[in-house]
Amino acid sequence: MISLTIDGMETQVREGTTLLDAAGFLDVKIPTLCYHPWLKPFGACRLCTVEAQRPAGYELLTACNTPCAEGMIIRTDTEHTRAARRLVLEMMLARWPNVPVLRKLAEEIGLERVRFASAQRDEAENACILCLRCVRICEEVVGACAISYEDRGIERRVVTPFDQESEACVACGACTQVCPTSHMRFEAEDYRGRPRDFLLGTNTAVYMSTAQAVPKVPRIDADSCIHFKTGGCRKCAQVCEPQAINHEMLDEEMEVEVGQILVATGYGLFDPTPMVQYGYGRLDDVYTSLDVERMLNSTGPTGGKVLLKNGKPPRAVGILHCIGSRDENHHRYCSRVCCMYALKFAHLIKERCHEAEVYNFYIDMRAFGKGYEEFYMRVQHEGAHVIRGKAAEVVQSPAGKQDGAALLVHCEDTLIGRFREIPVDMVILCNAIEPQRDAGRVARLFGLSRSPDGFFLERHPKLDPVATTTDGLFVAGCAQGPKDIPDTVAQASAAAARMLATISKGVVEIDPVRAEITEEFCSGCRICNALCPYKAIDYVEDKNVSYVNSALCKGCGTCVAACPAGAITGYGFNDRQIYAELEGLLAV
Amino acid sequence: MSVDQDPFEPRIVGFLCNWCSYSGADLAGVSRIPSAPNLRIVRVMCSGRVDPSFIIRAFQLGADGVLVAGCHPGDCHYQEGNFKALRRVLLLKQVLREFGLDERRLRLEWISASEAEKFARVSREFTEEVRRLGPLHLAAAPAAGHAVEEVAA
Repeated sequence: MISLTIDGMETQVREGTTLLDAAGFLDVKIPTLCYHPWLKPFGACRLCTVEAQRPAGYELLTACNTPCAEGMIIRTDTEHTRAARRLVLEMMLARWPNVPVLRKLAEEIGLERVRFASAQRDEAENACILCLRCVRICEEVVGACAISYEDRGIERRVVTPFDQESEACVACGACTQVCPTSHMRFEAEDYRGRPRDFLLGTNTAVYMSTAQAVPKVPRIDADSCIHFKTGGCRKCAQVCEPQAINHEMLDEEMEVEVGQILVATGYGLFDPTPMVQYGYGRLDDVYTSLDVERMLNSTGPTGGKVLLKNGKPPRAVGILHCIGSRDENHHRYCSRVCCMYALKFAHLIKERCHEAEVYNFYIDMRAFGKGYEEFYMRVQHEGAHVIRGKAAEVVQSPAGKQDGAALLVHCEDTLIGRFREIPVDMVILCNAIEPQRDAGRVARLFGLSRSPDGFFLERHPKLDPVATTTDGLFVAGCAQGPKDIPDTVAQASAAAARMLATISKGVVEIDPVRAEITEEFCSGCRICNALCPYKAIDYVEDKNVSYVNSALCKGCGTCVAACPAGAITGYGFNDRQIYAELEGLLAV
Repeated sequence: MSVDQDPFEPRIVGFLCNWCSYSGADLAGVSRIPSAPNLRIVRVMCSGRVDPSFIIRAFQLGADGVLVAGCHPGDCHYQEGNFKALRRVLLLKQVLREFGLDERRLRLEWISASEAEKFARVSREFTEEVRRLGPLHLAAAPAAGHAVEEVAA
């Protein structure tokens, strides 16, 4: 430990501590400009000048990059330090007279008049004052080295290599964060390498997936994380006291042996972009249901407020049902949940924007569940409009209308038999539930069948809606077909109960349909051995016969059909039974 | 269908695999999609179970056409039974030709559990094709029953 005195206060600090940090521990304020706690000491601006007592007078030192030494006596606010800081600021203000951070410092120090004139005078408020924090953070922390300074003296400036658009830049925005004058900024926030939060904003690369996440730990988005682009940064790991962050963790493939599988892989959402008439992705304030769900969430990007892109609350909202579902061109089925969540949106928008009109454009209102019809009535009493007629088009309002709504919804109101044009500020598209994009791959992996709409097929639509044609394999939720939460819970519970029933029984019942070899007829030709897809047929060498392991046999009968000696019997479907069936079928 | 002018109603035997084609036929029924009543269905667990002798027996017993239907390649419930059916049917078609039987009377189709439409279409198309080919007259009625007994014993 090193003992020193700062402004008359004695203190002890660890070796290597800078004067600035030591002063910071004592709550002694020293003005800084180029200093940033994440960056190595640079000593460029010299604003942090302090006075060290020496035997023959004093010495001026920069606090940010001078390590404490034993017995030092430091004064931070004296005639000499003030004069030095004033001179530094005077020269900077001569060149950048309007930069707020410099003006504020000048005020604090009491600098009233600038005595110099600069040939490089820059009146801009966001002028670059060459603190080089941006260059240093890009190099030291981010590790991208995408910017640097060129030239020297008063010609110095911060540039990308050759002043061209640089591929080295990872669009992390660290330079904009540390720039004291906002000289560095993002031209288009959309390009910033951050995970998107639906249509509504962006997230940081370390974020909590949802406020209710279980386990409640943040995740790192590897596509946006600076470390995975440059190998640098790791700021999160440095600030995490329990050292819980491990950037070296890799995806792992695990093999787990299980007896039963529940396939509950969920659903995908129909992308309404190809339905250009609704303008999703083209017109502002046209959202999908999930965008709005995020907006209504109290932990979402708007904190639960219903807002337009311009930050104002909407005066009228159009909710368009059946986007991509009940549509010959896309999905013919009904997505089942949209009517009810659309009514929920109407209810919540009415609750949060009292003045707003809400219009529901529906084909048929399907309030099918317990309490749903009552909710439909309630929402209508709250003043939501329901218009029977699928919206045909969403267009930008003609520019002439001054305080008119931004969008127009064209529709046919089939209850009054008229075409209508409804002005709204926001449009919500209730896009269809559809099978996950890789449902085909999953189906092949598990040997599942799919119904014509692409969802996984249950064993029987009425009598066995949770099992599949493969024993021990069950389906639940929207992977099997669009359904709401109560239905999903019911189906998943049923599947779990079915699986537990098998487990508690302790034995597995095998289908009686299986093959058996009659030893006397078997010639030991072993044709069947190679045919069996389950390797259920073994060859018994000392008897020169093949033998079917009935626990492995699934009863497909391929071997039965192939046996040249007719020695294999396929129980349930033996030759005799099938011949008899044929005779009966063809008797008339 | 022109039943009045043409009294010939083909008798067709369809061997349908339990998991895909039979389910597809079931779905066609549940969905009320009209399929040809000429198709007389024998359910087998897998199209790979269809012994070529079943097909020959069906012709002997008076069938004018035989349909073998299984899962689409790669979708077989038993992994690869439908490929075995494919091999056997192709080989049998050559044998039928040798016998002087029109190979169009034997048909192999892949019909998945969701393809009710396809099942109905195949049943109608195949019936019409066999109708054009005319009756087979292969049934040797009294001998057939005995032959079955012998083979099965």
